[in-house]
Amino acid sequence: MKMPKPDAGVIARRAEIIKAMQAIVSGEGVITEDEELRAYDHDGLMAYKGLPLVVVLPETTEQVSAILEYCAGNEVKIVPRGAGTGLSGGALPLADAITLGLGKFNKILEIDFDNRTVVAQSGVTNLGLTQAVEDEGFYYAPDPSSQIACSIGGNIAENSGGVHSLKYGLTTNNVLGIEMVLMSGEIVRFGGKYLDSGGYDLLGVATGSEGLLGVITEVTVRILRKPETARALLIGFPTNETAADCVAAIIGAGIIPGGMEMMDKPAIHATEDFVHAGYPLDVQALLIVELDGPEVEVDHLIERVDAIARQTGATYLRISQSEEEREVFWSGRKNAFPAVGRISPDYLCMDGTIPRHKLAEVLNRIEELSRQYGLRVANVFHAGDGNLHPLILFDANEPGELKKAENFGADILRYCVEVGGVLTGEHGVGIEKRDLMGVMFTEDDLKHQQRLKCAFDPAHLLNPGKVYPTLHRCAELGRMFVHEGKLPFPDIPRF
Amino acid sequence: MSETLKPETAEQVLDAVKWAAASESPLAVRGQGSKDAFGRAVEADHTLDLSGLSGICCYEPNELFMTAGAATTLAEIEAALRQNNQQMAFEPADLGVLLGGEEEAGTIGGAIACNLAGPRRIKAGAARDHFLGFNAVSGRGETFKSGGTVVKNVTGFDLSKLIAGSFGTLAVMTEVTFKVLPAPEKTRTVLVLGLSDQDAMKAMAKALGSSHEVSGAAHLPEAAAKVSKVSHVAGAGRSVTAIRVEGPGPSVEHRCRALTALLRESGGIEELHSENSALLWREICDVRLLDGDGGNEGGGGRQVWRLSVSPMNGAGVAAKLTGLSGASVFYDWGGGLIWLAMDAEPDAGHEKVRQAVKFAGGHATLVRAGADVRNRVPVFEPQTGALRELTARIKEGFDPKGILNPGRMVEGV
Repeated sequence: MKMPKPDAGVIARRAEIIKAMQAIVSGEGVITEDEELRAYDHDGLMAYKGLPLVVVLPETTEQVSAILEYCAGNEVKIVPRGAGTGLSGGALPLADAITLGLGKFNKILEIDFDNRTVVAQSGVTNLGLTQAVEDEGFYYAPDPSSQIACSIGGNIAENSGGVHSLKYGLTTNNVLGIEMVLMSGEIVRFGGKYLDSGGYDLLGVATGSEGLLGVITEVTVRILRKPETARALLIGFPTNETAADCVAAIIGAGIIPGGMEMMDKPAIHATEDFVHAGYPLDVQALLIVELDGPEVEVDHLIERVDAIARQTGATYLRISQSEEEREVFWSGRKNAFPAVGRISPDYLCMDGTIPRHKLAEVLNRIEELSRQYGLRVANVFHAGDGNLHPLILFDANEPGELKKAENFGADILRYCVEVGGVLTGEHGVGIEKRDLMGVMFTEDDLKHQQRLKCAFDPAHLLNPGKVYPTLHRCAELGRMFVHEGKLPFPDIPRF
Repeated sequence: MSETLKPETAEQVLDAVKWAAASESPLAVRGQGSKDAFGRAVEADHTLDLSGLSGICCYEPNELFMTAGAATTLAEIEAALRQNNQQMAFEPADLGVLLGGEEEAGTIGGAIACNLAGPRRIKAGAARDHFLGFNAVSGRGETFKSGGTVVKNVTGFDLSKLIAGSFGTLAVMTEVTFKVLPAPEKTRTVLVLGLSDQDAMKAMAKALGSSHEVSGAAHLPEAAAKVSKVSHVAGAGRSVTAIRVEGPGPSVEHRCRALTALLRESGGIEELHSENSALLWREICDVRLLDGDGGNEGGGGRQVWRLSVSPMNGAGVAAKLTGLSGASVFYDWGGGLIWLAMDAEPDAGHEKVRQAVKFAGGHATLVRAGADVRNRVPVFEPQTGALRELTARIKEGFDPKGILNPGRMVEGV
């Protein structure tokens, strides 16, 4: 992975920059020693590491504003960082950039049950939001698997999903407002405790912008009352095709489950060996279908899903009879990543989304590629919304194997796009998929995205080297070729 | 010279916009024109009529999406969805009659460009939440796309959000892809009668804060209730607070019972079933319950505002508006959406309205007023400082010559 060449001029000014940061953030909020910087040398994409120029941990929005203003004035780059759990390298440090950590923004500011909102600083963890309101029976719906550690600010930067996004939406559908510091140091607010905006939807634009548009310091999210009850079915199939048919038939019957997850045989075996959830080992594919709502609705839908599963050829079927059993069903799926980590020294987690009806085709293609590359793969899949997580198993100590695994992953993602899907469903582009952007987008598509970037950060100081393979200078993007001014289209009907 | 250009293909749209950019000739971008009177009046020499870009290109019910030409009528889309028991869950409001036009007009591109929503906004979101991807021509005269056909997609910036609600000021959509969802098997509405506005906010918060998955919560003060064509509502002789639940049959019955028990102490309870329930929510969605509108096309010249505020502040905000001559309101979104009608004033009472919104946090839009008023008074919430500059820079990036619906949202942008 090629990163932009560090600016030697900025590195030479390190002492001066540190001094300026210490004038804004006192004491241990400015980290300069190598040993301490090492704690920030990577994010959830473990294969890539690097030391930042310096780490700054501000505590107030005003400090963030002062830092950005200084950096804008002195052409110093910024890498924003939440909890550092991102899987695509979005928070990978740069040698000539300040890593701006939001870890100290950890306070819940307001809980408003009547308006069903929580206002919190951006470093509060995803689970922290739910924990703040669960005594009253509420929760924050998006639940990425890293929810115990990941920050809500990071969730917004990545537009995180989770197993319940099929029914309850992604981060973008559950955030009402943010406070953001622009690269200029200006503090802006998009949205609030109300819906929609009176202008362009900048809240929507900031969500999923991977730290390229601004630094989020405060968020307002909506909370929901927990469903009365939830039950799950564990359904085994003899083939990937029959499992995929079942998924399509459930959706086709007008049922939107709270969650619908699929695992292939290698994933089933790895997780069963690890957590002993009681998964059947003689099936090729396993579905977990969770239904939530009032008991009478859940019972009704369980019956219907049960019937659909039988019709589509299920060979194994279990329905959770208690909350404990439901949690056991999930325990395997929720531990799929560490379970795979046990059977292989290293793994890469991919994140394409595909149209649901292409599932079996894509799984077959992955199997083919697995043979070609000589690398094992286990598949877990948010089947309900077509989001595939192939885990490619490799050993980084074997020379060339990381590269091989990366090439394998890239081939999978290219195939996802080929069948009508996309490069990333919830993990973000970061550095990991940056160089594949051209597979999905034309040069003009990418330039229009970058024009948005230019409106927020004209000097490209925020998180450079991420998301876009080439960053065009804003002046160049603004230039327009003027054609002749006469009506050149005799064939367009005019009235 | 004023012409209407009527391209039949995306390529012809590109040609037309290229020409407009080169000759710096502003275009009024139009689907069917059903919302021409929404927003500021566009000062454009020419009209770009997209009605030729119509038709469903791809509809796969099991994949829960549809791709269609930007000017495909909502009527055509809804008919196709009905055949498969599906719907656009964002329930786009039909503002036709409110704006003095026809019922059942409008296109999907228009619904997205105005970021329409309905009572289900509180549960399912607005057009922005269902808009998955598009092909478009920006004001630079360049074709670009964003998004895709799948719901879970974080590849690059989410330009769909930028385009939804941009009123055609950044790009001309040629083809759009949006999410579709199963239509509910059953719908029922619990009515609570006789609540004051303030008590209604509390009752709706109770319902929305329950686990009963309420998909609509509206409050009609007595004057608004009287306008309804649903006899139970019109004849109540009191205010009516409506709580909607949707879903599988047994679940809807269960939740109606639970909500009735929850709200019984608030006031008298009634229930609306199938057709009456559907009719009432249609009236709420399409803003047909403003007292004094009398079903007149254009409401006899009365002006209409839409205020989006934090729900519990709804009644408080409305109370600050009673000084406006002939003011009448009703509430949707659990109190978070206030529809206000008032006798026409040269300034549409905008300072009073903005002041009231400011107190609660939110924004107000002047949805109906004469063109002269809409050009004099900011139609959308005025922006200041960094926010205003950001908006201008985004417009500059996508439409540097200012040829797409110039001034539709903000004067000079």
